[in-house]
Amino acid sequence: MRALLNHRLFPALAMSAVVVLLPLVLPSAYYYRVAALVFVFALAAVGLNLLMGFAGQVSLGHAGFMGIGAYAVAIGPTHLGVPSWLAFVGGAGLSALVAFAVGRPILRLKGHYLAVATLGFGLLLAIAFSNEARFTGGPDGMAVPRLAVFGFSVRGAQVWYWITAASFLIGAVLALNLIESPSGRALRAIHDSEVAARVLGVDVARTKLAVFVVSAVYASVAGSYFALLNGHITPDVSGFLRSIELVAMVVLGGLGSVAGSLVGAALLVMLPQTLTSLHDYEHMALGLIIMSVMIFLRAGIVPTLARALRRA
Amino acid sequence: MPELLQFAFSGLTVGAVYALVALGFTLIYNSCDVINFAQGEFVMLGGMTTVFLGLAGVPLPLAACLAVVVTIAVGLALHRFAIEPARGSGAVVLIIITIGASIFLRGAAQVVFDKRFHSLPPVVGGDAIRIAGAAILPQSLVVLAGAVVILVLLWGFIERTIIGKAMVATAANELAARLVGIDTRATVGLSFAISAAIGAVAGILIAPITLTSYDIGTLLALKGFAAAMLGGIGSAVGAVVGGLLLGLLEAFAAGFVSSQYKDAVAFLIILIVLLAMPRGLFGRAPVERV
Repeated sequence: MRALLNHRLFPALAMSAVVVLLPLVLPSAYYYRVAALVFVFALAAVGLNLLMGFAGQVSLGHAGFMGIGAYAVAIGPTHLGVPSWLAFVGGAGLSALVAFAVGRPILRLKGHYLAVATLGFGLLLAIAFSNEARFTGGPDGMAVPRLAVFGFSVRGAQVWYWITAASFLIGAVLALNLIESPSGRALRAIHDSEVAARVLGVDVARTKLAVFVVSAVYASVAGSYFALLNGHITPDVSGFLRSIELVAMVVLGGLGSVAGSLVGAALLVMLPQTLTSLHDYEHMALGLIIMSVMIFLRAGIVPTLARALRRA
Repeated sequence: MPELLQFAFSGLTVGAVYALVALGFTLIYNSCDVINFAQGEFVMLGGMTTVFLGLAGVPLPLAACLAVVVTIAVGLALHRFAIEPARGSGAVVLIIITIGASIFLRGAAQVVFDKRFHSLPPVVGGDAIRIAGAAILPQSLVVLAGAVVILVLLWGFIERTIIGKAMVATAANELAARLVGIDTRATVGLSFAISAAIGAVAGILIAPITLTSYDIGTLLALKGFAAAMLGGIGSAVGAVVGGLLLGLLEAFAAGFVSSQYKDAVAFLIILIVLLAMPRGLFGRAPVERV
């Protein structure tokens, strides 16, 4: 039993159980859609968690990569005549390239300098998306053509539920495997002390760049799903508030906890849905939640619960 | 030539606000190593509180003073309830807390005030003054003069009063300051209060020119931070120079390059400064402890 609980893929098993059992309790298509959104953001959060929770780097502009993925899937079919799935892959590739190009100089920075550099990068992307109206439809955004695979048009909340859930689980398993691998240990060594890691022979710059690129790809894939799911995107998808929400999801769920990313994403995606009558108070609630969790549950929800259960 | 001067005037006016926001950042950063993203909300609170007190019938000078008091109270509450309990956390956690605080304050302003743009009557009214073919509003001169006055007062406070010296001591080495009997918690709280006051005054002075609404805080905080980075975080002189420089660069970019990408200038500057000269113009070399 203990071996099962401690196995590195146990979180993925637990989450798979949730994914399979959840449709038994979801009453209508609306709930399937919310669940699909949760999985999409959880995917982006897992990528960001690799960067923040394990490698210890901070990125306050990660929604920019979501924006790249989202707009790729919108612009590709509309302006370039590229089929959606190809634009999907192209978006991920473009994000990886941008992350590679931008990451190399930026990751030399540390602490709040790194935070602000990534913030500036994310905002630059958001401004570009908002201004280049010819390609992106400007501040009002643009429509995203439906995903068509082998002639079948993908539509319906339930179909998207299973697609996004499967993608999330694949992403989670990949992340969990990475963490327990030598590369993952190198990441955690960097988090603890970069100087010590370098002394041990870890190529710090290359490892940091690699995890940055990986997390950018996660975010891009999530962004593409988000665009395809909604059928419409606006520059807000890569805005400052979206980046902060991603960071909040990671931090709330627990830095360094893949299952925590799902919990954090669930919390923050469902928050505006539950506050529809109190829509005006949404920002207040969000800010309050972020502050409270960071002050009182510094390790995040899932690690705190796990620690409490282990002690019991 | 008249265009250059015109852009310079508007750039200096906005730059004065950035300078004051950057000064607030620097004060708090120097006293407790926290980047306070809620700094922009102090500016917003100053302007909006004055507007709404004025609408409620309070005479404007009194409304302005009350607005500053309210903002100081908010700054002290921020320190006492959000920053103090999280002492000892890493830099990133504290940044996230202040970002959460700024989101909370913005949400609260949305509910308490409203979502429209508001204006205040200028302190000195009248037509624009024409200098060498360019026009400058009297209120712009008030903003610039206000910034100078605040700087002088701050300098006098830090250099000439014992409390100011206590702040410098706390910033230099907190443990040593506590050992000589300085109440470091109160000193840090004081830095928050002064930052809040500076932000509020900036907000009140700029509202007649650029209007104010519940959401101007975020962008102002980001640009003020860009200015502080440009000048060298930790340096008060750098904050002011950085703010004015950022305002000028923004105005010139908007005028000569593209007004759509005006906001991008600040973020481009952040990236360039961080990558090319992380110390900024006046900053100290960072020391990394192993």
